[in-house]
Amino acid sequence: MIQRKQVIPGDVVAKGNYRYGSYIEKRGDEYVALRVGVAEVGSDGIKLNPFTGPYLPRADDEVIGKVIDINGFGWVIDINSCFDGFLPASFVFGRDFSPATHDLSSKFGVGDILGTRIEAFERSRDPQLSIRGEGYGKISSGEIVKISPTKVPRVIGKRGSMINLISEKTGCDIRVGQNGVIVVDGSPEGITKAVKAIRLVEEETHAPDLMSKVEAALGGSVVGGN
Amino acid sequence: MAGTKKELIDKNGVRLDGRKWNELRPIKLQVGIMKNADGSAYIEWGKNKIMAAVYGPKEVHPKHQVLPDRALLRCRYHMAPFSVDERKNPAPSRREIEISKVIREALVPAVIVEDYPRTAIEVWVEVLQSDGGSRVAGITAASLALADAGINMRDLVVGCSCGLIGEQVVSDLDDTEDKEGNGDMPVAIMPNLGLVSLLQVDGVYTRENFQKAFELAIEKGKQIYQMQREALTTRFFGGEAKTTEVEEVAE
Repeated sequence: MIQRKQVIPGDVVAKGNYRYGSYIEKRGDEYVALRVGVAEVGSDGIKLNPFTGPYLPRADDEVIGKVIDINGFGWVIDINSCFDGFLPASFVFGRDFSPATHDLSSKFGVGDILGTRIEAFERSRDPQLSIRGEGYGKISSGEIVKISPTKVPRVIGKRGSMINLISEKTGCDIRVGQNGVIVVDGSPEGITKAVKAIRLVEEETHAPDLMSKVEAALGGSVVGGN
Repeated sequence: MAGTKKELIDKNGVRLDGRKWNELRPIKLQVGIMKNADGSAYIEWGKNKIMAAVYGPKEVHPKHQVLPDRALLRCRYHMAPFSVDERKNPAPSRREIEISKVIREALVPAVIVEDYPRTAIEVWVEVLQSDGGSRVAGITAASLALADAGINMRDLVVGCSCGLIGEQVVSDLDDTEDKEGNGDMPVAIMPNLGLVSLLQVDGVYTRENFQKAFELAIEKGKQIYQMQREALTTRFFGGEAKTTEVEEVAE
């Protein structure tokens, strides 16, 4: 059995000996919540799913960001967090990169939207980004939707079920960054519908049977693909 | 002075506004009232009307104030020009600067600033209408706003003031009692941790009265904590916090 507890900061989630994740502090033999959210106490440990909060970078997260500055060695990227991401030029041009021979602005300019992955992050330095791998790099079209980063898991759904549903019903291409930035691309009508559906998920994050609600809101009609 | 004291609390122990010595003024709390702030709360406590907003964590400006290992918690307590009988100059007064510092120091032990290195967390406490005990009301609202912003906290912070009228210890002074009474003692506590994060005193107390006032402030603080809880759970869970049991699903 899993115990689901609604908690606020300072509440005791459980007593005893458990493995525990983020947003939980151990005091003696008590596990205390540090955020407002739902704590799940199960046989494999305690997990707290927070209801609000900022995005804090984590290595290997996929994030969508905007180029806000270019310096001699790379791009500074706003990733909707209290820390700016940095994409080193050597990750893009390769190891023989030199500021004298390569023009950074020819690749990405200020204002460009990039799909990136967090390569490394530790508390003493700003997160380092990379665009290595398939699908990463400049995103040239689509509509940007920003949601609370704590709601990203619900927008994606179990094994991507929610995002697949919205994508299928609207014929849109949807990319979700862990930082709460979503890019929706497709026909104008599809985009409008998809954005509405995402907003619905954001507003009613914790409603039971959210899936069918979203399905009802999207209606049966499938907008033609792009 | 003897005359005014009698007026503040009569023979039957009833105060000017009809309360007994150990009663609180009516309190109303609301969380998440402002869309543009990362976290916000509103409190009505007696005639106090106070808004608290939290922004951050965000980048620190000016850069030289950055703390490499933790967040910089900034607080501003400000009274609106229309919050008092006679227009108040909106520039921060000596009193407001001091209260800002005091609120910051009452909140900092509850916020896990080490989780947000090199950032700033800003707390704005705006008094729209003022009455006695606005600093403790501000602290109570600000801690809710911090929880609403989703900043890691060890506990909520709740404040309550007690004081003296003549030799009688009373809880939750209003504006008149604060000005005409013989002592004021604002206290802020972290109820689950059992710690005190603010204790200020003015007036002359006997040992017994000090003890009594301090203990009364803590008792009343715990009472207000229940209202704080309720405000927060209403905002996020639509009512009281519940515990449910579900079957474990094998992945």
